[in-house]
Amino acid sequence: MPPTVALTVTRYRPERESEPTRQTYEIPYRKDWVVLDALNHVKDNLDGSLSFRWSCRMGVCGSCGMKVNGTPKLTCATFLSDYMPGPIRVEPLDYFPVVRDLVVDLTDFMRKLKQVKPWIIRKEEKAPAEGEYLQTPDQLDTYKQFSMCINCMLCYSACPIYGLEPSFIGPAAIALAQRYNMDSRDEGKAERLKILSEHDGIWQCTFVGECTKVCPKHVDPAGAIQQYKLTSATDWVKSLLLPWGTR
Amino acid sequence: MDLCTCDVLVVGGGGAGLRAAIAVAETHPKLRVAVISKVYPMRSHTVSAEGGAAAAIKAEDSLDAHAYDTISGGDWLSDQDAVEAFVREAPEEMLRLEHWGCPWTREPDGHIAVRPFGGMKIERTWFAADKTGFHLLHTLFQTTLKYDAIQRYDEWFVTKLLVEDGRCQGVVAIELTTGNIQAITAKALILCTGGCGKVFPFTTNANIKNGDGMALAYRAGAPLKDMEFVQYHPTGLPFTGILITEAARSEGGWLLNKDGYRYLQDYDLGKPTPKPVLRSMELGPRDRLSQCFVKEQEKGRTLEGPYGHYVHLDIRHLGEKLIDTKLPFVRELCLKYVGIDPVKEMIPVRPVVHYMMGGIHTDIHGATPLPGLYAAGEAACVSINGANRLGSNSLTEILVFGARAGQAAAGFAAEQPGASPALAAQAQDEYRRLEESFLRKSGGKERIATLRADMHQIMEESAGIYRTELVLKEAAGKLKRLQERFQDLSLDDNSYTFNTELTAALELSYMLDVGQSIIQSALERRESRGSHQRADYPQRDDERFLAHSLAYRAADGAPRIEYGPVTITRWPPGKRVYGR
Repeated sequence: MPPTVALTVTRYRPERESEPTRQTYEIPYRKDWVVLDALNHVKDNLDGSLSFRWSCRMGVCGSCGMKVNGTPKLTCATFLSDYMPGPIRVEPLDYFPVVRDLVVDLTDFMRKLKQVKPWIIRKEEKAPAEGEYLQTPDQLDTYKQFSMCINCMLCYSACPIYGLEPSFIGPAAIALAQRYNMDSRDEGKAERLKILSEHDGIWQCTFVGECTKVCPKHVDPAGAIQQYKLTSATDWVKSLLLPWGTR
Repeated sequence: MDLCTCDVLVVGGGGAGLRAAIAVAETHPKLRVAVISKVYPMRSHTVSAEGGAAAAIKAEDSLDAHAYDTISGGDWLSDQDAVEAFVREAPEEMLRLEHWGCPWTREPDGHIAVRPFGGMKIERTWFAADKTGFHLLHTLFQTTLKYDAIQRYDEWFVTKLLVEDGRCQGVVAIELTTGNIQAITAKALILCTGGCGKVFPFTTNANIKNGDGMALAYRAGAPLKDMEFVQYHPTGLPFTGILITEAARSEGGWLLNKDGYRYLQDYDLGKPTPKPVLRSMELGPRDRLSQCFVKEQEKGRTLEGPYGHYVHLDIRHLGEKLIDTKLPFVRELCLKYVGIDPVKEMIPVRPVVHYMMGGIHTDIHGATPLPGLYAAGEAACVSINGANRLGSNSLTEILVFGARAGQAAAGFAAEQPGASPALAAQAQDEYRRLEESFLRKSGGKERIATLRADMHQIMEESAGIYRTELVLKEAAGKLKRLQERFQDLSLDDNSYTFNTELTAALELSYMLDVGQSIIQSALERRESRGSHQRADYPQRDDERFLAHSLAYRAADGAPRIEYGPVTITRWPPGKRVYGR
């Protein structure tokens, strides 16, 4: 008998069920398979009604974030072999409304992402014909790490603050704000500071650090938040000492 | 049914779609532009592109050199007026991306760095380490957020184009979260839905790449151009098909057969040298390198593993430091998915379906023959890529032709009257079709996965790297039967909320149409050119086939092939020479 493993999946079909339930499928175990392959095996062969998102299957599109045995993971980069002999439990990410089965609602993040103005802000834009903005490799390095965020939402699902206070703007959005703040081409830091210093901005973070631990791309949102707290505290003190402006 | 309206509707939120939307917002700020996409835009497959984007900016480079590399790389099937426009506008588009924040890799003095790529005489590939597509897509997406004029329909799945009074006027789409089926009318439409690699079983392409836009246009009467030209990338990981970027070779990686021999030297691609030489050996074009793999396999000089034959890509001699700065994703992917460290071990690779040179027939402004319908990116065929695309031209293409299509569509939309009254009835018919054929259908005994596996097998057997008349003919018949079996489909899921079985069924039907167009185009092109190699017609035949194939959907659903002229401006057809 080829080896198998039990895959327990959260089901929720709002047209049929008022509460989420669990369903267990026995699937073949293959050493090369990731959790997403197992879900696709279910969908293709056992139950076509199981819904989940996926696309690139190489850990870069950010679609397939789910909880595997309680931890937020990209299911395309999480191997069955790490959970043998099973059972393996797959659930939707925490703290987001569940649309159906393993699909969660990202509307809140999309709104927050726009709020932090994740684009280059300049007083005067130059035309492409004037050439590139110079940026040394060292200048690139200061923000590069924060630009690696794939918006997979694992950090929100791991963040106990977001769980308690959904208005918290959250790890990924703050990391992306910091990505632009640190970019030598950008002049929008002050504008973003206003948004981030508000009550649902950075001050809510108690530096639990779970966001950094689960990040599949080593973005370190916790570091971004601490960095940002420091600069905005400094800016706040400066604004008291130099009331005519800090820039 | 409610009708939503906008002026320009962009279908697809990848690089081409987002660039098009920005172009509309910037050139015609009064127009209402919307992006509709079956996934959130940052999930689009642009995200997976790795190596870079070509544009001539260095003093030693020239637009003509970029044009010549592109045209010879495409085996003279590229339209040269399109290529000239492309190379001319490429630098400005890339600089615009720089101004929008793309984290391009830099020289020590802060200028943009470039790297070599396959089939290029001069280094001109801009790159953001080896995650260029990811950075390009996120930069574009985040930049679109500053335009309030750009409205988005995230996770809406388009099922039909609405055509009335001889022009394309909108779509019918399913809002996935609710299952609402809705019409969205527009004065102009731009299809930026990407390619269709998922027609094949072994591909670098993401799950979402099912040729949706190609099939929608084809069903609406627009032809698909040059569909027989399917690019096999020479270096994919066995089993997963994950791409190992060409940059691994441009930085100096070697392809080795089972004897550790750099086999490309046996195939008129130059002599092996320790350092990479442009347009030579491992920096030859993708079509030729993938063909060499097949020849090598026939000679029994490849290795064999659980997932078929493979060769080795060796980058160990580049050293850990270079690998970590310029190829970090290659290392990450190998460690994660193969369990090997390319700093110390050789990477197993084999050719893998990567890109469609063909697509929806457009002119150099992105306009299709159907008024009001535009297309850009991999979904479209302008054609700059001819019979074989050069690595790093596609990311640039989505910017240049995304912008062009956006501008042209906006100009068209500004002149159009409102929606035709008959659209509502058409939309109602589509609603009924979706209900009757899928959601409320009973009976049926075919599973999606079975039909898809059968399609994969047919496509791989017949439309691979080498093709023959007999096998293609059989494949055409088999696909026709598969279309009939599709009518007997059975779904497990009849709910409205995020029904991904329904979307998978619709995607399968798109792929079957697109697959038929690939097979028929390949069958009727009785010559070998670029990526289309006919074992029974091994020579290029300019007399008969220096022409674009155009696949139209006939009344019985089968493809009908016509041919159109190739535009030659300054580079008459010549011999493709590499390594010399």
